[in-house]
Amino acid sequence: MADMRRTKTPAAEQAPDVRIKNWDEVAFTYTEDEAVAEANRCLNCKNRPCVSGCPVAVRIPEFIAAIAARDFEGAYKIIRGTNALPAVCGRVCPQETQCEGKCVRSRNGEPVAIGRLERFAADWAAAHGIDDTGEKAKPKGKRVAVVGSGPAGLTCAAELAKRGYEVTVFEALHVPGGVLIYGIPEFRLPKAIVRREIDNLKKLGVIIETNVVVGRSITVDELFEQGYSAVFIGSGAGLPSFLRIPGENSCGVYSANEYLTRCNLMEAYREDSATPIRRSKRVAVVGGGNVAMDAARSAKRLGAEEVRVIYRRSEAELPARAEEVHHAREEGIIFNMLTNPVRINADEKGNVKSITCVRMELGDPDESGRRSPVPVEGSEFDIEVDTVIIAIGTTPNPLIRMTTPGLETDRRGCIITKEDGVTTTRPFVYAGGDAVTGAATVILAMGAGRDAAAAIDRALSGE
Amino acid sequence: MYKIIEKRALNRDTIFIRAHAPYVAAKALPGQFIILRPTEDSERIPLTIAGYDRKAGTIDLIFQTVGATTMKLGALGEGDYIKDLVGPLGKPTELDGYKSAAVVGGGLGCAIAYPQAKYLSEHGCRVDIIAGFRNKDLIILEEEMRACADRLVLLTDDGSNGNKGLVTDGLRALIEDGAKYDVVIAIGPPIMMKFVCLLTKEYGIKTIVSLNPIMIDGTGMCGGCRVTVGGEMKFACVDGPDFDGHLVDFDELIRRNAMYREKEIHDCNLLKGIASDG
Repeated sequence: MADMRRTKTPAAEQAPDVRIKNWDEVAFTYTEDEAVAEANRCLNCKNRPCVSGCPVAVRIPEFIAAIAARDFEGAYKIIRGTNALPAVCGRVCPQETQCEGKCVRSRNGEPVAIGRLERFAADWAAAHGIDDTGEKAKPKGKRVAVVGSGPAGLTCAAELAKRGYEVTVFEALHVPGGVLIYGIPEFRLPKAIVRREIDNLKKLGVIIETNVVVGRSITVDELFEQGYSAVFIGSGAGLPSFLRIPGENSCGVYSANEYLTRCNLMEAYREDSATPIRRSKRVAVVGGGNVAMDAARSAKRLGAEEVRVIYRRSEAELPARAEEVHHAREEGIIFNMLTNPVRINADEKGNVKSITCVRMELGDPDESGRRSPVPVEGSEFDIEVDTVIIAIGTTPNPLIRMTTPGLETDRRGCIITKEDGVTTTRPFVYAGGDAVTGAATVILAMGAGRDAAAAIDRALSGE
Repeated sequence: MYKIIEKRALNRDTIFIRAHAPYVAAKALPGQFIILRPTEDSERIPLTIAGYDRKAGTIDLIFQTVGATTMKLGALGEGDYIKDLVGPLGKPTELDGYKSAAVVGGGLGCAIAYPQAKYLSEHGCRVDIIAGFRNKDLIILEEEMRACADRLVLLTDDGSNGNKGLVTDGLRALIEDGAKYDVVIAIGPPIMMKFVCLLTKEYGIKTIVSLNPIMIDGTGMCGGCRVTVGGEMKFACVDGPDFDGHLVDFDELIRRNAMYREKEIHDCNLLKGIASDG
């Protein structure tokens, strides 16, 4: 009989006033007993709605049943069967709109904490040195190039290597991991976890070449000339959008990409880091997604006294994970909803001194179904800030589409794919993740990487 | 890892290195740049490619040891390895189709201006080079520039080479003397490029500048290198680094480049072993 407590087993967390002074994870991984207690809340229902909510169809009730039976290794292996990066997904997936959003228990209380259980299983396996590189198929004698080492590329590379292909991953930066390394902060996804996943990939025989910009250092056509039989493009959506308002090039205005890259990849938060970052007092972050939350909470940890999130719609439309918004509030981040910047003001040296905003109200629903915000006339007001971080989205980098004839993209620059979501308009070129969808989630990118590996395998085995 | 094949000092604080970087050497064209980290604990910095040898798989870099990162790079010797190096980045300079050009280099900018002048002269373009340095001890590439220029005007700020003046003085004198240029290519400190552009605008001569803003990735990801060109936001790393100089907002570029100056000075002093409370 399932445990009918209506609320999730709480996960211990660092207190807000403590954690804003360090970069360690906010929440701790469940202990074995906590995990078993939470696993017992699962009804193990027949129609398994949670699985249909998961983009990679993790066999959720099975792995939870294994945890309930204290078979933690078994639980981990069940997850790994369909999810290449469980330690990552347990931490960064928007569970409330996926698996947990469909959980039967949420009709009358809180859903089963599937994300926390997934994280527990992955961390338990890592702590106990479970080697799960899995069975490798016979070498196929064919080479595949993977462009980008973010979640899409890592997943695609792992799946192809297991199927017996020789895989080389090309990464533009000096460290592999893509957005998992440069974008998501340490306090949300420790870099050691990403490094562990990269090491697992290397154990499968995958070669990772850093410092290679496909589209500059080498083109897709040249990869084929070098003997690769197929190319997977998982180059993400790395190009930051700006507001295009006056004053946006003032000193102290960052794209969230720049701010987070300085902080995460270049470790600018360390006192002895060679890479500088502004030590701000008053920060405005524009945008309402996970990246905005990451930037705001990073600014707080870098010592800012006052950090606010400026978002043009209302709280109900905030696209960030609920947990991130909750943590941000606990950490004292101010939320200015229904507010839109119109101008950034600078002093005579060009340094940001304030941001002029206008109040918004919600009008009729737009094409996305969300009520579109419209400015309230005459409602302009100034907020004194020394740093502005723009986190309003990213689009795919143009370098690959500019240098790959025949690779069609849409007007947003996203690579166009066939019905399967991964086959492009160029033969033997596949794509997935943000490069196809525009900025989305880690788990969707991983799903696409996995689908692309299957499609590549079919094409190269002549099926 | 990228092995340093050759290293020599061009003057007191300017260093030439030839490094093994096959990907870059295979594709590099004049005007493009690389980003490197000399050591594991370094910042990423952009440096323009000063030359390349496709067969040998090597590229040439010329840099001044002015900041913490270039000091770390300068501390590496022949046989040592540069930790990370990526490129070629940016668009190549469009150098074809010109008949007469003036190439203006300021200080270290000559290291980048020289290969462009060489390319132009090898492709049938008449080239005058106007090169400015702070003093005669800082002059670099004199013989190389002389070899590819129709006329080489060498100037120093303090007159220590016997020819005192700014590059704008030299360029103006040539134009007033009747030289007709299809294009002026100006590479140097932003303040120099700004004044060259003001001058060439007077005479209505098309002017290409190579910008050097702060950047991290060099692939369009951070947007730190954004500049205003003709009233529009451009990313120097992917849209440039070359732009029509008459459209560039140099004052904004100069302000943005000064953003981290205090930390730069602090870090340099630390490396030099000078106490600093910055």
